Amino acid sequence: MPEQFIWGIEVFLNGLMAGVLYALVALGFVLIYKASGIFNYAQGVMALFAALTLVGIMEGQVPFSHLINATFGTEIHHFGWHVPAFAAILLTMVVMIALAWVVNTLIFKHLVNQEPIILFMATIGLAYFLEGFGDMMWGSDIKTLNVGLPQGINPVIDEVTYNIFDYGFFIDNLDIVATVIAAALVFTLIVFAQYTKQGRAMRAVADDHQAALSVGISLNFIWVMVWSLAGFVALVAGIMWGTKSGVQFSLSLIALKALPVLMLGGFTSIPGAIVGGLLIGVGEKLFEFAIGAPYLGGATEIWFAYVLALIFLVFRPQGLFGEKIIERV
Amino acid sequence: MRRKILGAAVAALMATGPALADLTIVDTSYRTGPYAANGIPFSDGYQDYFTLLNERDGGIGGEMINLIECETGYNTEKGVECYEATKGEGALVYQPLSTGITYQLIPKATADGIPLHTMGYGRTSAKAGEVFKWVFNYPANYWDGASLAVKHILDQNGGDISGKTVALVYHNSAYGKEPIRTLESLAEKHGYNLTLLPVDHPGQEQKSQWLQIRRESPDYVLMWGWGVMNQVAIQEAVNIRYPMENFIGIWWSGSENDVKAAGERANGYKALTFHNLGSDYPVYDDIQTHVVDAGKAAGAGDQIGTVLYNRGMYAAMLAAEAIKTAQEMHGTAAINAAQMRDGMENLEMTEAKMAALGLPNFGPEFTVSCENHGGNGFGAVSQWNAEAGEFELITDYYQSDQEILAPLVEEDSQAFAAENGITPGC
Repeated sequence: MPEQFIWGIEVFLNGLMAGVLYALVALGFVLIYKASGIFNYAQGVMALFAALTLVGIMEGQVPFSHLINATFGTEIHHFGWHVPAFAAILLTMVVMIALAWVVNTLIFKHLVNQEPIILFMATIGLAYFLEGFGDMMWGSDIKTLNVGLPQGINPVIDEVTYNIFDYGFFIDNLDIVATVIAAALVFTLIVFAQYTKQGRAMRAVADDHQAALSVGISLNFIWVMVWSLAGFVALVAGIMWGTKSGVQFSLSLIALKALPVLMLGGFTSIPGAIVGGLLIGVGEKLFEFAIGAPYLGGATEIWFAYVLALIFLVFRPQGLFGEKIIERV
Repeated sequence: MRRKILGAAVAALMATGPALADLTIVDTSYRTGPYAANGIPFSDGYQDYFTLLNERDGGIGGEMINLIECETGYNTEKGVECYEATKGEGALVYQPLSTGITYQLIPKATADGIPLHTMGYGRTSAKAGEVFKWVFNYPANYWDGASLAVKHILDQNGGDISGKTVALVYHNSAYGKEPIRTLESLAEKHGYNLTLLPVDHPGQEQKSQWLQIRRESPDYVLMWGWGVMNQVAIQEAVNIRYPMENFIGIWWSGSENDVKAAGERANGYKALTFHNLGSDYPVYDDIQTHVVDAGKAAGAGDQIGTVLYNRGMYAAMLAAEAIKTAQEMHGTAAINAAQMRDGMENLEMTEAKMAALGLPNFGPEFTVSCENHGGNGFGAVSQWNAEAGEFELITDYYQSDQEILAPLVEEDSQAFAAENGITPGC
């Protein structure tokens, strides 16, 4: 088998894995957009904030310690305990639910029926506030996140592929874990949306929030629930990306990787986010491998992802799985 | 009545504003945003050194230092805003800690007559002082860095690297592209094969680049990264089991922040440096006593001795020594920006001078002149010791290949002079 073809398979598989990571970020956008029509610019910062909070809780870091020390002349930084990863994840989720409640109560509750652009602007404000708040709360140093996820080359795949192709494929253990978690997450979210009372209420609000209100569905509850779910997805994305690169403020920029995924998969479809992520991941990696690196000097992935998404947009503006909008006169 | 109010306002402004006789230093820092983790220790070191001089020595030459901090967020537009907002305060020098901001400030600072010091970054050919009269980049620049890395590889291979492969993983920006020309010239001279692997900003996803490295197995990988790009690259190198001792980063890819995420597996990773490491220097005892313990530290006091704190402190020390030189040259303590430029152009850093400052063997010895604003191009190699949790110097300071670099600097600076209608001269 030609070398290029074998390498192409490896690139394809790694593209799929990268796509799953992009999809994890895109999922948070989809959840909020689906239920409230808000394009949540703050989703990337929510992932950062969740990851910061998780590390802070695990390490027993005193929140706002710099502020406390500067104000009272104290020297406190840590409580002196370490919280196990699972408990810390649960506690972080409580924080994200509290954040969802605060965001809804203080901001979006007052913006019901406003133009989408107003809601979008509000999320821009929220993103910048949350970034600064996270900085004050946990500090801006780079934090190592270790919740026990494996990293590095998977030796089994390496060995098996070596025996077949005489070349061992590189697949990162972390990417395999991310794929399993993303699959479980999507399955759970689809089951939740289709078969639970709250899920059906969420879909009703997404369809027509005034009609949903008229049958007794609490808009506030649904929005808090959806923002909490998006917070949970942000936490999962934050864990995956934070394990890779450490938890630092550039984590918020992972949102950039989600945009072409959303354009391609549609803003309202949970499976669309996954399929879109996979297509973008594979497309950008294969293009870089076959054309970008050898002929164009490399670094084509970011712009090619958007080109791919734009091509889909031209032929299917609502995205692959988005809802087609038909307006009759 | 209106006149009285106006008078009172002017008096109040004069009372609260900085005394014009002070030595004004602007710290264009970035304590927020994606690069804050690097900006904070640098800024802490920079400010703490000037605070030390104020607290311990009563300033420089009897003149207090008026330190102004301006947050850039590592954003070029904000950096320029900081410059415009503070230049009227009588700033003596700007050290923007950003190649992007530097490129924007070169024409502005030249027109305003305020010196720039871009230590280890910025426009490399600014070393040519007869063209870039107001820009300094001592003690080393990017091209020195490229040459120092190749020299280290030569040393590892008994002086012969013909046929070897070297990959450059670089930030796909003006900064990251700086060493390419030098590495190409050095490849012609030494016969190695160079592979270029750009990484787009911010560099969180580098799978393609590292799969290529795994496939092609270059003998050495060099890195020109900043921020999250460094952490991800080191993590990916660990993941593909690339030999870390053959992975060499420029000085902006060689701080504790960069190896933290990869943990123990980053052991052996190398990075260039143009100053020494650790906190085992007498000056740090003074900083602890006069600055940190006195509650006057710029930050929490927890960054002392880290690579980037040391670099910020070193940048401040070089500015302070240039101020002293200018004061001696002009016979006045209250120097202005033009006199500061003279001080920088006549700066001479010797081991005796550094030892007297409480920083023995902290940096290479170098001299600055009208023709040479970049120093002598000396640097060293450091290596990450994961067990000790610190970078350690593994070589002495050695000089870059001036035979290759001097013509490149000459060519680039002359092109700049021709484009901008500058008549070179001293």
